Amino acid sequence: MYSPQIILEAALNGLMTGAVYALIALGLTLIYGVLHIINFAHGALLTCAMFGVWIAWAWLGMDPYLVILPLVPLMFALGYGLQRFVIGPASHGDDGNILLVTLGLSIVLENVLLALFQSDTRTLDTDYSFQVVALGPLLLSYPRVIGLGVAVVVTGLLWLVLNRTDTGKAIRAVAKEKLGANLVGIDVPHVYAVTFGMGCACLAVAAGLLMPTFYVNPRIGGAFVLVAFTVVVLGGMGSLPGALLGGLFIGVVESLCGLFLGDSLGQIGIFLIFIAVLLVRPTGLFGAKA
Amino acid sequence: MTARDLIPIAVLTILAALLPLVVTSSPVLNFLVFMLIVALGAQGWNILGGFGGQFSFGHAAFFGTGAYVTAILQLRYGVNAWAGLVLATGAGAVVGWSIGYLSFRSGLRGSYFALVTLAFAEVFRILANAASFTGGAAGLLIKLDVSPANLQFADRAVFYWLVLALVAAVLLLTRWIQRSRFGAQLVAVRENEDAAKALGVDSLAVKLRAIALSGAVTALSGCLYAQYFLYIDANIAYGSWISVELLLAPIIGGVGTVFGPVVGALTLHGLGEVAKQFAGRIPGIDLIVFGGVLVLAVAFARGGILGLLERLRDRGRGMVARGTKEVSHAGR
Amino acid sequence: MLAVDGVSKRFGGLMAVDSASLALEPGGIVGLIGPNGAGKTTLFSMISGFVPPSDGRIRFEGTDITAEEPHRRAQRGIGRTFQIVQPFAGLTVCENIAVGAYLRHAKRADATARAREVARRVGLGAELDRPAGGLTVAGRKRLELARALATEPKLLLLDEVLAGLNPSEIRDIIPVIRGIRDEGVTILMIEHVMQAVMNLCERVYVLAQGRMIAEGPPAAVCADPRVIEAYLGHGAAARLAAEGAAHG
Repeated sequence: MYSPQIILEAALNGLMTGAVYALIALGLTLIYGVLHIINFAHGALLTCAMFGVWIAWAWLGMDPYLVILPLVPLMFALGYGLQRFVIGPASHGDDGNILLVTLGLSIVLENVLLALFQSDTRTLDTDYSFQVVALGPLLLSYPRVIGLGVAVVVTGLLWLVLNRTDTGKAIRAVAKEKLGANLVGIDVPHVYAVTFGMGCACLAVAAGLLMPTFYVNPRIGGAFVLVAFTVVVLGGMGSLPGALLGGLFIGVVESLCGLFLGDSLGQIGIFLIFIAVLLVRPTGLFGAKA
Repeated sequence: MTARDLIPIAVLTILAALLPLVVTSSPVLNFLVFMLIVALGAQGWNILGGFGGQFSFGHAAFFGTGAYVTAILQLRYGVNAWAGLVLATGAGAVVGWSIGYLSFRSGLRGSYFALVTLAFAEVFRILANAASFTGGAAGLLIKLDVSPANLQFADRAVFYWLVLALVAAVLLLTRWIQRSRFGAQLVAVRENEDAAKALGVDSLAVKLRAIALSGAVTALSGCLYAQYFLYIDANIAYGSWISVELLLAPIIGGVGTVFGPVVGALTLHGLGEVAKQFAGRIPGIDLIVFGGVLVLAVAFARGGILGLLERLRDRGRGMVARGTKEVSHAGR
Repeated sequence: MLAVDGVSKRFGGLMAVDSASLALEPGGIVGLIGPNGAGKTTLFSMISGFVPPSDGRIRFEGTDITAEEPHRRAQRGIGRTFQIVQPFAGLTVCENIAVGAYLRHAKRADATARAREVARRVGLGAELDRPAGGLTVAGRKRLELARALATEPKLLLLDEVLAGLNPSEIRDIIPVIRGIRDEGVTILMIEHVMQAVMNLCERVYVLAQGRMIAEGPPAAVCADPRVIEAYLGHGAAARLAAEGAAHG
C-alpha cells in the first residue's frame, strides 16, 4: 500500500497542477459567462501561448516566468482579434455556429503550429525546474508552488478588474443583459472581444507557469481542453471562484487517480466526473437555461 | 418514395460503380475507398446531427466500437468477418442508444450534448489504449487471409464496390427517413422541441431512434475501416480526428440533406489531396485547409455546398421568373 | 372532460398559480382571462404537461394525467398553441402542419392530405409551400392554430391567438375558431382582446395573482366587483359604482 506521506504529496502536487488548470479554466469560464459560448479553440490557443514561451526562451534566452509579462498583451491582442474579426462575424450569433467556428479555428491553429514546428515535443530547462521546497517532511516542486501562488493572485486580479473598473462593469453588464447594455451605449462587440482577449491572457499566464516543468507539441492543447471543460462544468459555467476551486479539485483527482490507476488510466477519472456532472446536474450547474 | 426520389441515387451509384473500370491506379482507388468510408460514417453523423440537430463531437465512439468489435470478434473468438460486420453494426446501435439514453434523458442539448459525446469518445479511447483485451497501445492486427469469405479481396475494386453499395444503401435509408413520419418528427424536434412535443411527438424516443441508427451506420464504417486496413489502435479508432471528419463532411456538403455527407467527404478529401500535392512536405496542410473551409462554410454557406448550389439555382430561376413564381424548396 | 383540481405552481418563493380549479364540459368555448402575470400561461402549461404542478390534480376524460408527458397528452387529444409562436422555421407551412397530422396518420400521403385540408380551413391554403419562417405575424398565428388542429384534438388550448393581430385580422379569424367549436372540439382560450371574449366565449374563468377569483357568463363576470378590482386596483369597483350612482 501507499504510505500516507506519498498520498499527501500526490494530493499537494495535484493541488498545484490544479492551480494551472484553474487558470486555463478561468479564461474559458470568463468567455462563457459573458459571451455564452463554448470556446473550442481554447486548447489550441493555450498551445500557441506555450510555443510563445518556448520561443522566447530558446531564441531570446528569456526566463519563462518573465515571458509572461510581454505574452499577456500579445495573447490579449490575439484573442481580441479572433473574436472581433473571425468568431463574431462568422457565427452570426448562433450557438451551434460558434461551436463549429471555434472548432475550425482550433484545427487551423493546431496544424499551423504543426507545419511550423513539426510534431516534435519540446521542453525547456531552467535552474529551478527540478528544485524542491521542503514543507515539514514533504518535498514540493518549486515551480508548482510558484504556479499555485500566481494562480491565486491572477484570480484575485481578475476579480478586481471585473468589480472595480469601468471595463469590468461594462463586461458584467453585457453578461447580465446584452440588449440593455447595448441600449445604454455599451459597445457590445468590443466588450465581447475584450472578454475573449482577457480569457486568452489567462492562457499566457498558464503557459508561463506550465513550461518550466512541462513540454509542448502542437497537439498538447487537446489534453488540457477537456480538463478545462470539466473544471468549468464542475465549478459552474461562468463562475470565477468555481473555476478556481474546480481546478484545484480536478488537479487532486487526477493526481490521485494517476497514483492508484497508473498514468494511462489516470485521466479517466476526470472524464467520468465530467460525464457524471453533465448527466446528473446539468441545469443546476449551468443555470436554468441549459 | 417515388421514382423522383430513387433515380438520382441510382444514377450516381451506377456512375460511381463504373469508376474502377476506368481508374486502375492503386493510390487513387485507396483514396476513393477511404473517402467512401468517411462518407459512410458521415452519413451516420448526419442522421443524428443533420436531421435531428444534435451535434455530436464524439462520433469516434461509434466508429471505434465498430472497428474494435469486428477485430476482437475475429481475433479472439474466430468469428467470421461478415458476421463481425453485422455484430459491429449492432454494437454501434447499442452504444448509440446507451449514450443517447444517458444524455437525452438528462436533457442535454446543444453545446452540452457536443461536450458529453466528446467525453464519451475520450473515455473509450483511454480504455482501449489501456486494456490488454483491446491490444493496448500496440493495437490490433487482423490476420491477412485474402478470401471473399473473410471480407478481404485481392482486388481493391471489389472492396470499393462493397463500400459503395453500403453508401448507396444508406442514401436510400436517408431518403426514406426524409419522406417518413419518423423523419418529419426528427426534423420537428430539431427545429423546436417543445412545439414538437405539443404536437404529440415523443421527442426522447425519436432522438433515441436517431442516435441508435446513427451509431449503427457509423460503426459500420469503422468496421469497414478495420477490414480494409487490417490494423487499428485506440488513437485511430477512437481518436478525435475521426469525430471531426465525420462532422465536417456533412457540414461542408450540406447538413441535413441526403447527399451532403458524400459531397462533403469528396470535397474535403479532394481539397486535402490538392493541398498535399502543392505543399506535400508541410505536415498538417490538409487539416489547415479543412479547418479553414469549416470556418468559411459556417460564415458564408450555412447550408454547405448543396445549400449554396440551391441558392444559386433559385437565384437563376428568380431572374427568369422575375418573382412571379414562388421559390421552390422541393430540393431539400 | 377536463377537471383541474386545486393545482398550484411555485417558482422559488413566487406562487404563480395558487390552487386553481376549473372544469370543462365537452363542447363550447370557455375563456380564461386575467391581468398580466396572473398565471394563465403557467396554468396552460400545467394542463398541457410542460410544467409539472407543485400541487393538485389534473384529470382528462376521467383519467388522472397529472404526471403525464406532453406528447402523451397530445395523443389523448389535448392540443395547444403557444403564446410566443413556435414555428418549425426551416420547414414549409405544409410540412409544419404535417408534423401535427402525423399523430393520427402514419402515412406521408395521408398526413400531407390532412395538412392541406387543415391549412385551407384556417386560411393558409395559398401559403402551403412557403417556408414557415417567412410568414407574417398573422400567418404564424394561423399556423400555430393549424398545427394544433392537425392533431385532431378533443380539447384545444389557445394561448392568445389573437394577440398582435389588427382588427381586420381578428375579424377574419374569429369565424375560424367558431367553426372549430362547431365541429365538436372543446376550446379553452386565454385572451386579452375582450371584444373577442365577449363574442366567442360562453363562459369565462378569471385568474388574478394565481387565484381563480370568478367564473360565469362573460357579461356577469365583467360586472363582478372582484374582477374589476383585479384589473383596475383596490377600491375601483366601489368608485365605479359611486360614479354610476352619481350619473344615474
